[in-house]
Amino acid sequence: MREGDEIARLITFLFAASVVLVTLLLVFELWQGSILPRHKFGFNFFRTSVWDPIFDQFGALPFIYGTLVTAGVALVIAVPLGIGAAIFLAELAPARVSDTLEFFIDLLAAVPSVIYGLLGVFIVVPLMREYIQPALKNTLGFLPLFQGPVYGVGLLTAGIVLAIMVIPYIISVSREVLLSVPRDQREAALSLGSTRWESTWQVVVPFARGGIMGSIFLALARALGETMAVTMVIGNAPVISASLFSPGDSIASVIANQFTEATGDLYLQSLIELGLVLFLITFILNGLARLLIVATSQKGSAMGNA
Amino acid sequence: MSSNLRWRKFVSGFMLTMTGVCALVAVSVLFFILGYLVFHGGTSISWNFFTKLPAPVGEGGGGMANAIVGSAKLLLLASLIGVPVGFFGAIYLAEFGGGATTFVVRYAADLLNGVPSIVIGIFAYGLVVLPFKHFSTLAGGFALGLMMIPVTLRSTEEFLRGVPRALREAAMALGASKWKTVATVIVPAAYRGILTAVLLAFARVAGETAPLLFTAFGNRFWSPGWDQPTSSLPVMIFTYAIAPYEDWHRQAWAAGLVLLGLILVINIVARAILARGIAVPRS
Amino acid sequence: MKRIAGILLITIAFAGVLWADNALLINGAGATFPYPIYSKWFAEYHKANGAIEINYLSVGSGAGIKQVTDGTVDFGATDGPMNDDQLKAYRDKHGAPILHFPTVLGAAVPTYNIPGVTTSLNFTPDALAGIFLGRISKWNDPAIANANKGVNLPANDIIVIHRSEGSGTTYIWTDYLSKVSTDWKDKVGKGTAVNWPVGLGGKGNEGVTGLIKQTPNAIGYVELIYAVQNKIPYGAVRNAAGEFVRADLAGVSAAAAAASKTMPEDFRVSITNAPGKGVYPISSFTWLLIPGKFSDATKRDAIKGFVTWMLADGQNYAETLSYAKLPKEVVDRELKAISKIQ
Repeated sequence: MREGDEIARLITFLFAASVVLVTLLLVFELWQGSILPRHKFGFNFFRTSVWDPIFDQFGALPFIYGTLVTAGVALVIAVPLGIGAAIFLAELAPARVSDTLEFFIDLLAAVPSVIYGLLGVFIVVPLMREYIQPALKNTLGFLPLFQGPVYGVGLLTAGIVLAIMVIPYIISVSREVLLSVPRDQREAALSLGSTRWESTWQVVVPFARGGIMGSIFLALARALGETMAVTMVIGNAPVISASLFSPGDSIASVIANQFTEATGDLYLQSLIELGLVLFLITFILNGLARLLIVATSQKGSAMGNA
Repeated sequence: MSSNLRWRKFVSGFMLTMTGVCALVAVSVLFFILGYLVFHGGTSISWNFFTKLPAPVGEGGGGMANAIVGSAKLLLLASLIGVPVGFFGAIYLAEFGGGATTFVVRYAADLLNGVPSIVIGIFAYGLVVLPFKHFSTLAGGFALGLMMIPVTLRSTEEFLRGVPRALREAAMALGASKWKTVATVIVPAAYRGILTAVLLAFARVAGETAPLLFTAFGNRFWSPGWDQPTSSLPVMIFTYAIAPYEDWHRQAWAAGLVLLGLILVINIVARAILARGIAVPRS
Repeated sequence: MKRIAGILLITIAFAGVLWADNALLINGAGATFPYPIYSKWFAEYHKANGAIEINYLSVGSGAGIKQVTDGTVDFGATDGPMNDDQLKAYRDKHGAPILHFPTVLGAAVPTYNIPGVTTSLNFTPDALAGIFLGRISKWNDPAIANANKGVNLPANDIIVIHRSEGSGTTYIWTDYLSKVSTDWKDKVGKGTAVNWPVGLGGKGNEGVTGLIKQTPNAIGYVELIYAVQNKIPYGAVRNAAGEFVRADLAGVSAAAAAASKTMPEDFRVSITNAPGKGVYPISSFTWLLIPGKFSDATKRDAIKGFVTWMLADGQNYAETLSYAKLPKEVVDRELKAISKIQ
């Protein structure tokens, strides 16, 4: 019997080890595969905005800008909506309603990126071009954010599509975290005469603040790595512009568009370096998210048992 | 009632109603997406769609038969890679592992999980496409399989750990070796959760497009065997959606409906299995 | 568990058997410019030769050049001929040359979507260069209006649409602009992927056409058939002889007429802004990139068979799709060049 155990241990260990090996290999490949631009451009890679394959000049700034701006727009829209919905589901809705709605929210999270892209191209872009962007231009056009020609595609549109994609993450994680806040916190606040909203907003939510931040980081990580939906509606122009109506490009989108045709090692490796950058950013964000969420849940259960 | 209190009560009612509105908006997006896809996709689904190969540009009557089969092959391969690694790796973590190794494996899995799908595509291109000088179903399946591993691994590990100690101790007391305990008692006890995990991982990669762009590439014909480029539903949706031809748009809607339908059905089934509870009641 | 494993194994075996069909699959990738005719050709060729399937993916000339150099596809296609560096890179990697085979002649046309304008506009070279440089930003700019008296051009912003990836069509367009505008030549230059001063990117000729169709006030450059098939207006361009010519078979053939007599041996030639009457100035050959040496003899023979068919029967499909046939001299020379494929 001992032998069987040893063999089982070995086999399962090999499988587990393969996960570690393949992950290490991936990081190694990214690092090795971006050697040329790292040596040639160094940190200037992140400060230059010229992306010119003919003259072998590669600067990542437009793509970093596009990635951050679209993710920023997405969060500005998704965070209030998501936290609001999470509060409703955790604090107000009766358990069955909460569970049913959560079920639907989870389904929304399962919709693949390319379907969002499909809907983006045929619904969101015309909507933006015909109604929303002109309306914004007419009312808020004094802000540099809403100036310039109206294309339909662009940074704002990509941000809006991303917002829809990341809302489910904010909702489900925030809801869980809010639910784990011990009851006595709420009861204490209510017994001191606060209204329902005050106890929620001034006691429960701050208690769960870490976990909610964690959900935002998760959503951010997802938004940064999104490829298909973004590339279909962002306009694919490596430019930096103050206006949200302007087309742009994101790291994931430019890799998807140009990877299969990057002739020349410097070109290809510059794209790989972009991939490495994206990987590092999402890695850090995911790590922070996890820490925050775990810390908050533990705080909740620790205090609840006090 | 003082006016201050009245105001606070008003604010309370208003804000709480707003949160309800937020929830409503979020959920209605899902129904809007579904409704739109059913309307546009439903009217475009035809016999041709399921049985014909793509037609030359500008001609009608083509279909996505090869894309459907291609996706099926890719997902089969992905499962063959993702499920065993995740499953057996999780057994190691839950039953045999300890301390440092467990931490390292879990960390690696979480890292892999967070890798953007386009970067997985880059990795698979360098590892499978370049050396074999072929875009292939193999490369695409490998990329998707990589994405299945972390989800399967972590979820399976959780469900295995969730099996009550009493069961393990009972089996040991009866003289069963560790591996026999795992195979005949623990895994069957956790099988609902494991199945759910596998289904959810499957549904997740079914819709992935980015990693396939430089691995499976695309094919206007049937893809023989495993070492040739293959068409797939998500990539076809992408290609057709950005093109100008109305016929292609219709096909993209139909494909979107089929794909989303598949993913949603799998998700619902998986959650239903889990909701039935684990096979053995907790002590 | 055992049952599931068993079913899985049977399915795999079944799958392997079912899809190991006997047809020879040849993979190619590249230009979107000729994709309508290529997709027609490969479909027709497969009908005539059931055992040969030529899978061509329209991903852009840049990708075609790269993939054939990497060896991940069996042949490539481009409308911007490979430059000497790229040729050398291929040679160094494979120990054999890469051969260019012209297939058809096509035209890159300026297409637009201007509310209220359904006629064909006249574009001077300066107007086109100015629009794509971002200097001319409104449709009613004098540079455009002066060539189009009587047309009611709105005072709307021009939305420029170019390619988001490496494209032979871009090469043709920028090659022409470099010839007619020193400003363009200095600031941007010619190539398959340039640093565009303004505009949005669409993926492939298909993506650009799609964007133009949906975006009012847009202008972009696509191959003629894309504008025709999608019923969007396209303009006339003033040629070197001073005439405004709208792209058609005669104009494109005229552009190639002079060049075909002086065609270099490797078939790489630019016919943009060609001199002569009736010439459409933004015309171009488009090429298949075929390796000079094949390790697989069946694939080599299949490709040689296709090229032979393409130069004969294939040419008859060109005109219905608005591509011009190859001049006879070029066809003759190519037939001889087929023997170079080892």
